[in-house]
Amino acid sequence: MDSIIRLNHVTKRFSGGVLAVDDVSLDVARGEFVTLLGPSGCGKTTTLRMIAGFELPSVGRIHLEGDDVTDLPPYKRQVNTVFQDYALFPHMTVSQNVGYGLKVAGVPKVQIGPMVNEALGTVGLLDKAEARPAHLSGGQKQRVALARALVRKPKVLLLDEPLSALDAKLREAMQVELKHLHEQLGLTFIFVTHDQTEALVMSDRVVVMKEGRIEQSGSPADLYDHPASAYVANFIGTSNLIEGRIATSDTNGLVVELAGGRIPLEQAHHGFRGGEQVLLAVRPEKVRLLPPGQGDATNGIVLDGTMRDRLFHGDTYRFEIDIGDARPFLVDMQLVSLTRHTDVPQPGERVRLHLDPNTVSLFRAES
Amino acid sequence: MKAGATRQARAAGLVSPPLLWVLLFMIVPYLIMFTYSFYTKRFPTFVPDFQFGNYGTIFTDPQYYQILFRTFKIACLVAVAALTCAYPLAYFLVFRVRRPGARMILYMMVIAPLWISYLLRAYTWKTILGSEGVLNTFLVWTGILAEPTDIFLYNQFSMVVTLTYIFVPFMVMPIFTALEKIPPSMVEASKDLGVGPLRSFLFVTLPLSMPGVIAGLTFTFCLTFGDFIAAFLVGGPNGFMIANIVQSQFGAALNWPLGSALSIIMLVIVLSIISLSDRLERSGRLDLG
Repeated sequence: MDSIIRLNHVTKRFSGGVLAVDDVSLDVARGEFVTLLGPSGCGKTTTLRMIAGFELPSVGRIHLEGDDVTDLPPYKRQVNTVFQDYALFPHMTVSQNVGYGLKVAGVPKVQIGPMVNEALGTVGLLDKAEARPAHLSGGQKQRVALARALVRKPKVLLLDEPLSALDAKLREAMQVELKHLHEQLGLTFIFVTHDQTEALVMSDRVVVMKEGRIEQSGSPADLYDHPASAYVANFIGTSNLIEGRIATSDTNGLVVELAGGRIPLEQAHHGFRGGEQVLLAVRPEKVRLLPPGQGDATNGIVLDGTMRDRLFHGDTYRFEIDIGDARPFLVDMQLVSLTRHTDVPQPGERVRLHLDPNTVSLFRAES
Repeated sequence: MKAGATRQARAAGLVSPPLLWVLLFMIVPYLIMFTYSFYTKRFPTFVPDFQFGNYGTIFTDPQYYQILFRTFKIACLVAVAALTCAYPLAYFLVFRVRRPGARMILYMMVIAPLWISYLLRAYTWKTILGSEGVLNTFLVWTGILAEPTDIFLYNQFSMVVTLTYIFVPFMVMPIFTALEKIPPSMVEASKDLGVGPLRSFLFVTLPLSMPGVIAGLTFTFCLTFGDFIAAFLVGGPNGFMIANIVQSQFGAALNWPLGSALSIIMLVIVLSIISLSDRLERSGRLDLG
């Protein structure tokens, strides 16, 4: 792999003793869109700040295009950052903001103008070149910050939760725009967010972090369909996590005992011993509702339950079904053109759930 | 309509006591003083008149315009000296002291002298700079000087040192506040764009802290311009300031008209400085959000 950024066993311990990043190794390929995803305090921003040069790793090395940049100050690294609060200079106009780095670096004035205009054109803000940041909307500030970083033609663009301050509609539009910009420029993006939707929509690869460590790294589809842990299953999308116990385990497969009954699983899940406590994870939209009495157990898993509640979301119904577990089992039903609301089961009705064994993930229960 | 009138009446009732206070004890005295500045001095007192002779004296008699100029010079020197001391200190407190608790304690240590009597603080410098003072004793003890010198005290140097020491908190406070308001990401963004620490300071931190610098310069200049106690304690004959002259006109010299005219000129200078600084601050007012 042609890696442009390489983190080699990087650890960051702050002076107060807080371990922010714990032995993280990561390779980012040239042109890749990588997202560091996790809740606040998981070390994602600290990791990004170490790549930018704002923090020094306590242990480990950082390489940019094969060169060790660990000890280089930020102003000597060919990476640029889009800050969470945009960090636009309030005493400069938009074009002065964008041209600032070039001007101080001594780029001739005749070259700065066209470069600034090109960058502002890329983000569609040419008409605001003479405005002050205070007179821009949140989305426009965002674009200026982007143009200011892009004008320096960085090898890697670092984005620190750049969309978190925007309202939902604008955020969605900017997600698409950033994705297109990435494709158009062919630049390497490292994006930090706590918003799993953002991560899934934009990234080539998502790196899920937890307590300073990388929990799982993979394509969005990979992470969604094959989460490596209950943490990932729960953090990305919604998952039903059902407590169970391995009843039997042999070469033919497993039988998991749940509160609501026993279910057989294929050989795909190995490495579990009989009697182990497990968590079974299923996505709400991967479950089908069967009319009562219907469905044969030979092709898939069938669970019986009682409809507790149903929530109408417009395009989907979310059902909360009691299957004997402490938590309700969630099932999403897509409403297609033929669905009639009268056909949808009512609360209190008995229902049967049909699970495809391939969509079920099994994790060892954490004690 | 009626409700609006009632509300207006209530609002007027609310603001009128302080307004009345300002009118009685500020505006009216100023007007009286302004009137006096046109009176004529006639031994042993003075008589009502309308003539510009008092103002003429100030601008033609070297005794007055030279002291006016000297006061202006000392006020400028104090403002610049205070800025030179206060900016690095405020910068250090905001950007180098990491722990907020330690920062507040150090900041309070800068402010605390304001609670100590002005006289005491000015007097301290007399004991430091005097011919029997701490500085002389030290220099003689180390052998740098053979015998105590009196060059430290009773001149414009001792004035500037003392007044700078007394008024420096008024410079630290606004600069500290201005620097504290600058988000750390500003300097990070500058460095991120390839600009080193020194130029990041010159192009980002310094311009963003200008409102604090202007406020500090205004405070220290105006406070020094009107000061007369430091001149008594450490100034000597060459350290006399315009306020000392005003005081003597109203006192020993018994020339109230001239004293009033001097006061009016001081008032005009100080008000001009304040409105200029206000305009500068307004034009540079930046939305850091």
